[in-house]
Amino acid sequence: MTNVNLSQEIDNSAMTNAFHDAAFIAELRIQMLKFATLQVRDSQLAEDAVQEAMLSAYQHIDRFARQSAFKTWVFSILKNKVIDLLRKEKRHTAVSQLEDGPNLNGEELMDQLFKDNGHWQKHERPQKWDQPDHDVENVHFWRVFDACLNALPEKYGRFFMMREFLEMETPEICHNEDVSVSNLNVTLYRARLRLRECLEDNWYQAKVS
Amino acid sequence: MLNCKQATQMLSEKLDRPLSTKEKLSLGIHTSMCLPCRQFGKQMQELRFISKRYTKGENESEK
Repeated sequence: MTNVNLSQEIDNSAMTNAFHDAAFIAELRIQMLKFATLQVRDSQLAEDAVQEAMLSAYQHIDRFARQSAFKTWVFSILKNKVIDLLRKEKRHTAVSQLEDGPNLNGEELMDQLFKDNGHWQKHERPQKWDQPDHDVENVHFWRVFDACLNALPEKYGRFFMMREFLEMETPEICHNEDVSVSNLNVTLYRARLRLRECLEDNWYQAKVS
Repeated sequence: MLNCKQATQMLSEKLDRPLSTKEKLSLGIHTSMCLPCRQFGKQMQELRFISKRYTKGENESEK
C-alpha cells in the first residue's frame, strides 16, 4: 500500500476537485436521488441515503483511483445504503401504487416487436452488440444507458434495479414487494425488453447508421 | 414449439430462476434455429453485465 502513496495523492486531489465541480455533482445527485427514491419510496429517506453516500465517498476518497470510475463507485456506496434501508424499514409504498406508465400492460410493445404468430417483426430482430471500445465512447454509452433506464415505467425500473443493481434474489423481492413470482418475472421481462430496445435504437444501431 | 415471444420471455427468466429440463430443451431447439433469439439471449446476459459495471465500478483493470 505504501508504494502507491504518491500516485494516490495525485488522484486524490483530482477527485477532491470532482467534488468541487458543481455541475458534475449536481447531475450525479439527481441520478442518485432518482435511484434511491424509486427504491425506498420515501423522499426524505432517499435524500438521507444520498447524503450519506456522498459523505462517505468524500471521506474515503482514497479508495478509488480513476475519475471514470467515480460515479459507479459512489453508486456502489449508495446501493449498500439502499439495501440496508430496504431490509430495515420494510417498504413504504405498496408496489401496486406505483405506476406502470404508458402502455400499461406492455402489450403495445409486444405488438410492435412481434407478429401475430409470435415471431420477430423483421425490422425488430435483435442485432449483434459491440462493446464500447474507448473512454469517450464509454461516457456516451453510460449517458444513453441512463436515459434508457430513466425512460422505464416506475415499476419496471424499480424491479429491474432491485434485481440487477441491488442483486436481490426473486424470493426476497417478492417478499418485500408483495408480488407473485410470475408477476415479477413478467415485469422483469418487459423491463429488459424495453431497455434492450432502447439501447439498440439509441446506441448500437445509432452507431452503425 | 416455442415462438419467439415465448422464447424471449424464457431467455429473460433464465436470469432469475433455473429453467426446467423441458424448458431448457425446447429453448435450445428454438435458439439453435433462430438467430434473432440467440442474439436476444446474448443481449440479456449483456444487460446483466452492463448493470454490474454500472454499480460496481467501471473496469477492474483500470484500477
